[in-house]
Amino acid sequence: MEGIDKLIEFVPLMLDGFVVTLTVAFVSLAIALVLGLITATVKLSSSRLGRGVAGAYTTVIRGVPDLVLMLLIFFGGQIQVNNIGAYFEWDYIDVDAFTAGTITIGFIFGAYMGETFRGAFLAVPVGLLEAGYAYGMTKQQVFLRILVPQMMRHALPGLGNNWLVLMKTTALVSVIGLHDLVFRAGQAGGSTRLPFLFYLFVAFMFLAFTTVSIWALNWLERRYSAGVRNA
Amino acid sequence: MKKLISAVFVAALALGAAQADAKEWKKVRVGVEGAYPPFSEVTADGKLVGFDIDIANALCEEMKVECELITQDWDGIIPALQARKYDAIIASMSITPERKEKVDFTNKYYNTPAKFVRKKGSGIEITKESMTGKAVGVQRATIHDNFVTEVYGDAVEVKRYGTQDEAYLDMVAGRVDLLLADSVAMLGGFLETEQGKDFEFVGPDFSDPKYFGEGAGIAVRKGEEDLLNMLNQAIDTIRANGKYKAIQDKYFDFDVYGS
Amino acid sequence: MDFAPIIENYRLYLDGLVTTVQLVFWALAIGLALAIPLAILRRSSNPLVNGPVWAFTYFFRGTPLLVQMFLLYYGLGQMQFMIELSQALPFLKSAYWYALVAFTLNTCAYTTEIIRGAIAGTPYGEIEAARACGMSKGQTYRRVVLPSAFRRALPAYSNEVIFMLHGSAIASVITIIDLTGAARIIASRYYNPFEAFIAVGVLYFCITFALVGGFKLLEQHWFAHLRPREEASAKQKARQAA
Repeated sequence: MEGIDKLIEFVPLMLDGFVVTLTVAFVSLAIALVLGLITATVKLSSSRLGRGVAGAYTTVIRGVPDLVLMLLIFFGGQIQVNNIGAYFEWDYIDVDAFTAGTITIGFIFGAYMGETFRGAFLAVPVGLLEAGYAYGMTKQQVFLRILVPQMMRHALPGLGNNWLVLMKTTALVSVIGLHDLVFRAGQAGGSTRLPFLFYLFVAFMFLAFTTVSIWALNWLERRYSAGVRNA
Repeated sequence: MKKLISAVFVAALALGAAQADAKEWKKVRVGVEGAYPPFSEVTADGKLVGFDIDIANALCEEMKVECELITQDWDGIIPALQARKYDAIIASMSITPERKEKVDFTNKYYNTPAKFVRKKGSGIEITKESMTGKAVGVQRATIHDNFVTEVYGDAVEVKRYGTQDEAYLDMVAGRVDLLLADSVAMLGGFLETEQGKDFEFVGPDFSDPKYFGEGAGIAVRKGEEDLLNMLNQAIDTIRANGKYKAIQDKYFDFDVYGS
Repeated sequence: MDFAPIIENYRLYLDGLVTTVQLVFWALAIGLALAIPLAILRRSSNPLVNGPVWAFTYFFRGTPLLVQMFLLYYGLGQMQFMIELSQALPFLKSAYWYALVAFTLNTCAYTTEIIRGAIAGTPYGEIEAARACGMSKGQTYRRVVLPSAFRRALPAYSNEVIFMLHGSAIASVITIIDLTGAARIIASRYYNPFEAFIAVGVLYFCITFALVGGFKLLEQHWFAHLRPREEASAKQKARQAA
């Protein structure tokens, strides 16, 4: 096919972009997992205020488009952060594209994962927790040793879906100028005048990424379901 | 009485200290766009080159300060200045009344007219009748965007792009029929390149200060008097000692300073 | 925070709103219409029929919407035959069609899978009953399977509608002046990105809220038969006591 040689020429550049995409995806995942666990725990807690705040967080995030939030944090965040910074006389704090992108995606998927975790927490049979208390375990011990491992089995399908969507949402960081895979494809396509080829290449890289993720998730699900009889 | 005097003394000292804060500029961070050839662009190996870049470096040399060039998207270039990401903008930014409300400008460092570009053989003229129904590509939030929207907005479809390069791409793809931008930028960045060979200028030069401002100046935050004066002096100096002409000749074989 | 420029330019936001709603509505409508036959095809055991549909949904669900849109706009749009076609048919020069096609294909893929899953979840008893009544396969689909499948698909489909609304924001990247596009113009022109994007975020939130509310009503109506019996018997008791 015409242009395969050009494609090969640009492979190093594209791989650079792919590394950036992967970094954004995994950092956002970390942020989202932490935020999600906290949100779910707070939502199931007895604190009215906590539940209100967590509820507001999940509702607002799921009501606003990812791109709008990202533009807000990138363009607007720069100004607001430094307004606060000027008040305290800090030096300039750079809200660069990477920071804005990962914070945005982490925040967005923290809300979705919060819902997933909440459902998973509720799905753990209370009897297991009661048994833990009966053995004299403290609240923290029950949480860490019984609730979380049992919860993971229920959470994995939902988390897996969240991850697949998260990984595709990282494409948006190209809009705020981060040199990720999609951005590099645009650059390469623009200078070689073969945008279709390069975007197709990017599409297949994402497909590969998706496929590998699905395999990994299936494996994880089987591991966490050890000992559970299939319905 | 003694307390009053010492209070006044301390206040005066504080005021004086605050004013002494009125900067000793050792290092100036300069915001540039990096996407407006031949004034500023990023080469394949990541280096910043262009007329704006050379002017910035020359001015810093004159002012005896260390220069740091920071690239920034055009859309956020003024908000980033206000957020203190850098201290001056040297990005072919035209001096307009709207912008003067947000920032202070030095005197101009160049002034070239704007022109339309069309595809060779398309026969479009710069009149409302001929342009009706056509698409005009401009860079978002520039004087050209402003002009086309206000003057031809009801007759044409205005397509706004984040960078001028994106506008060129769509022009080549046939998605816009006309481009309006700085004539020199379009010459060096488009018409004289491989992808621009089927295109040509059309229509008159546009330089009405009402729409196109008084030339390109350097923007600084409001209230930064010292930096402003330093920059103005430096501009005058390099104009007088031939450095300006040397830089100008490197990129153009005509005068860009204008009258 | 100064919202004055935004209120002054409300027309721009309004036009953007209209564009967004149009784009999303048509993408969803056409996508849904195409998804129903595709879902039925996907249920076929013949790999020649199942395969292409599976490939289609796998591609459009496994790649980002942004990349799909770029493939069409920059990729297709810059091919020689496309340039010539656009000269002949000027409406093709507008970016709107590329976004519409990309969104339609994307939502079609997701909706196909949603409906397929819903069809697969049909209680077998219902199908047996239909066959016992002597219905043909087509009649079974039309009268029994599809209606109950739509009901089952409703929660997942309502999510898909919200995702499409939010996804449509990327149309602004290819110069379409939708809601997000309007916000970007205001943000660049008046140097107030914070206010501009918050305003548009609020607008999107309101639309989302309205959509969620609408779907809740629909769910209440379609799942009325599944509501807890206590409600009905409580009403009866109240009536008897009165």
